[in-house]
Amino acid sequence: MSGPELSLAISVFLASAVEAVEAFTIVLAVGSTRKWSSTLAGVAAATVVLCVLIAALGPALTVLPIEVLRLVVGGLLLVFGLQWLRKAILRAGDVKALHDEEATFAEEAEAARRAGLADGVDSYSFAIAFKAVLLEGLEVAFIVITFGANQNDVPLAALAAVLAVLAVLVAGMIVRAPLARVPENAMKFAVGVLLSTFGVFWGAEGAGVEWPGGEAALPVLAALIAAASWLMVLDLRGAGLRLRREAR
Amino acid sequence: MRSIALGLWEFVVGDDWRVAIGIAAMLGATALATAADLPAWWLSPLATLLILQRAVRRAQRRADAS
Repeated sequence: MSGPELSLAISVFLASAVEAVEAFTIVLAVGSTRKWSSTLAGVAAATVVLCVLIAALGPALTVLPIEVLRLVVGGLLLVFGLQWLRKAILRAGDVKALHDEEATFAEEAEAARRAGLADGVDSYSFAIAFKAVLLEGLEVAFIVITFGANQNDVPLAALAAVLAVLAVLVAGMIVRAPLARVPENAMKFAVGVLLSTFGVFWGAEGAGVEWPGGEAALPVLAALIAAASWLMVLDLRGAGLRLRREAR
Repeated sequence: MRSIALGLWEFVVGDDWRVAIGIAAMLGATALATAADLPAWWLSPLATLLILQRAVRRAQRRADAS
C-alpha cells in the first residue's frame, strides 16, 4: 500500500469511527428504551441510502478531468477539513464543550421514553435511528466519495469505512453502553489535519501547482498544519487561563 | 428545493461562510499565479493556516461575548 493510499485508509477509518460512535449512542439509546426491531430497520434503511449515494456518485466523479476533480474536491475537502479542525481546536482549547456520549445517551433515552409507544412498527424509533445514521453517515459518504474519487480507489475508501463501523459495533456490543472513552476530539483533530492536508495538496495541484518533491510534500504539509493547529490550542488555553485569573 | 439547497449549504459550508470564501479566493489566486508562471506552491498552505487562525479567533470572540 502506497503512502497516499495508507493516508486515505487512515483518514476514512478515523472519520468513520468518530461518526459511527455518535450514531451508535443514539441508536443504542432509542433501541434499548423502545423497540430494537424498528430501530434496526431505521439503521438498515439509512445504510442502504448511503451505499446508493456512494455507489452512484463515486464512479460518476471519476469521469471528470483530473485537474477539475482535484480543484473541486480539494476545495471541498479543505472547507470540510477546516470545519473539523476548527471545532477540534476550540474543544481542545476549552472554548467549546467536549462531546459527551453519556449525556447524549441520557438525553436521547429520556426523549424516547417520553414519546408514546404504539403497537406494530414504532415510527419514532425508525425515524430517529434513520436520521442519526443518515446524518452522521453523510459526512463519511462525502469523505469516501471525495478521497476515493481523487485516489481513483473508491473501494478502498469504502472498505476503510466499513471496517471502522464494524470496529465500533464490536466495541459497542462488548461494553453494551455508549462508547464514552473513545478519544473523539483527538480523532477529530487528526481527521481535520488529514482532510486539510489533502485539500491543500489536491486543491493547489488542481490550480496548476507542482509541489516540490511531489507526494513527499504531503507529510510536510500534515506536520505543518498539525503544529500550527496545536499552537492555536495552546494560545486558546493561555487566553482562557488569563481570563480566569482576571476574573478572580 | 430551497430547503435541499439550504441543507447542502449548511452541510458543506457550515456555520462560518468566510472560510469557504477564503478558500475559493486562495485557489483562484493560486490558479492566477501559476498561469503567470509564478511559483505559487507556498501560497495555499500559508493562506490555509491564516484562514483557520481567523476562523478560530472569530469563534473564540463569539464564545467570549456569550
